[in-house]
Amino acid sequence: MAALLELNDVSARYGQVTALDGISLTVGEGEIVALLGANGAGKTTTLRAVSGTVRRSGEITLGGRRLGRTSPEAVARSGVAHVPEGRGIFAELTVWENLRMGAYMVRRPDFRIVLEYFPWLETRRAQQAGTLSGGEQQMLALARAFLGRPRLLMLDEPSLGLAPLVTREVFRVVSDLNRKEGIAVLVVEQNASIALTAAARAYVLETGRVAIAGTADDLKSNDAVRSAYLGY
Amino acid sequence: MQQFFQQLVAGCADGAIFGSLALALVLIYKATEVINFAQGEMAMFTTYICWALITHHGFSYWPAFFLTIVIAFVGGVALQRTVIRPLERASVLTVVMATIALLVILNGLAAWIWSPQLQFFPSPFPTSSWVIAGVHISKQDAGTVGVTLACVLVLWLFFRFTKLGLAMRAGALNPNAARLLGVRTSWLLALGWGFAAALGSVSGMMVAPTVFLTPNMMQAVLIYAFAAAVLGGLESPVGAVVGGLALGVMLDMLGTYVHPVTSELRLPVALGILLVVLLVKPAGIFGRVVVRRV
Repeated sequence: MAALLELNDVSARYGQVTALDGISLTVGEGEIVALLGANGAGKTTTLRAVSGTVRRSGEITLGGRRLGRTSPEAVARSGVAHVPEGRGIFAELTVWENLRMGAYMVRRPDFRIVLEYFPWLETRRAQQAGTLSGGEQQMLALARAFLGRPRLLMLDEPSLGLAPLVTREVFRVVSDLNRKEGIAVLVVEQNASIALTAAARAYVLETGRVAIAGTADDLKSNDAVRSAYLGY
Repeated sequence: MQQFFQQLVAGCADGAIFGSLALALVLIYKATEVINFAQGEMAMFTTYICWALITHHGFSYWPAFFLTIVIAFVGGVALQRTVIRPLERASVLTVVMATIALLVILNGLAAWIWSPQLQFFPSPFPTSSWVIAGVHISKQDAGTVGVTLACVLVLWLFFRFTKLGLAMRAGALNPNAARLLGVRTSWLLALGWGFAAALGSVSGMMVAPTVFLTPNMMQAVLIYAFAAAVLGGLESPVGAVVGGLALGVMLDMLGTYVHPVTSELRLPVALGILLVVLLVKPAGIFGRVVVRRV
């Protein structure tokens, strides 16, 4: 599988604190990859390093092209959709306005296909986005990201604060978008069991380094991963 | 009763000027939480440009008016790019200090270029008035209200219905999320400065025929605009316009019906209103109290 995203020895720090200490990982075209690890392991920072929202060193390439010291908007324009922690919904704007923002970079946005994946959005278009439930906001964030026609979708803890059933629904849609639209996904999750079900491969981060890497099946049967993240 | 309605119209004319400058302040405040103290002097400076176009370059009023709006827009964008943008990562206080420096610089520059002498500034409206049911409505006042509200309307349509306007609103609400969607927020801020400068230039050109053109002519107007913006809620564009109209009418009514309130007391009364709003309802009429999670 050709690599879409490649991180080579990437480091990042917040002031004196080192958050990433030489991370290398790849996400293939059309692949779902999970990033697991405890709080503070560097999962979120890895996504932020890619999207240009944190200063980093090391090399990152997207589709073979190097992402230099670029701004977040430039990374977004090169085909990376980053749904950040807290989802980044414009709470004061309507659902429809949020979707239009998702299509900001696209000349002829296809709202129809988005509504096929998220049909309920149609009836809520005039609703203020901040009044949606947590699960609906996560779905709106996904729909909005999808509208930008990304090659790579990065999700930061999509299950955070959601009921198990809603989480499963979110991951079902993510898998759908991956399978039918060929969008590669890099997902950060605390909920390792659901992430390993959706993902083909995963990386476990510890204190800013890759501790374990492998296919989802390998990791599910790895004793250290099982006791630390799956809880059985 | 006739006097009441006449004062109402006159108050609206004052208020429309306060309101449009207040809206210019709110545009910048909403996006960056910076109060632009130079807003009034930017308006004064561009009004001088309009005056120079008319008196020295042979323009007639309306072409000069629209050309000035364009010049103000370009100037606002340029100021943001050259002075404000390098301070992107500085504290709000630093940027506010920079706008105060701009205030002084523009004021001095205007006096140096055009002399501090009082100049007559033409009005596009006749000095006559309409008489409707015994109420004299000055065409000057009606025109001022019409022009400023038309500008506000154009701006509202832009923010409400265009993709760029939507992106500017989104960028003001959550700049980080907007950038992740590919929005070049830094340029949108410059655009915001352009709109604020253009709107300010309209208020300057509308107020100049009555107060005469001097480098200091906008200083009192800026204070009224502050009061209007605070009254309406600093975060609310609608509030700025309504606050301006309310303040204009209120000051005219007080001047007419409450004898001790002479013209010397107009400014203190406006500042009194500002203080009372800050003490009693800091969010203003249309502002929302922002609850931040800690």
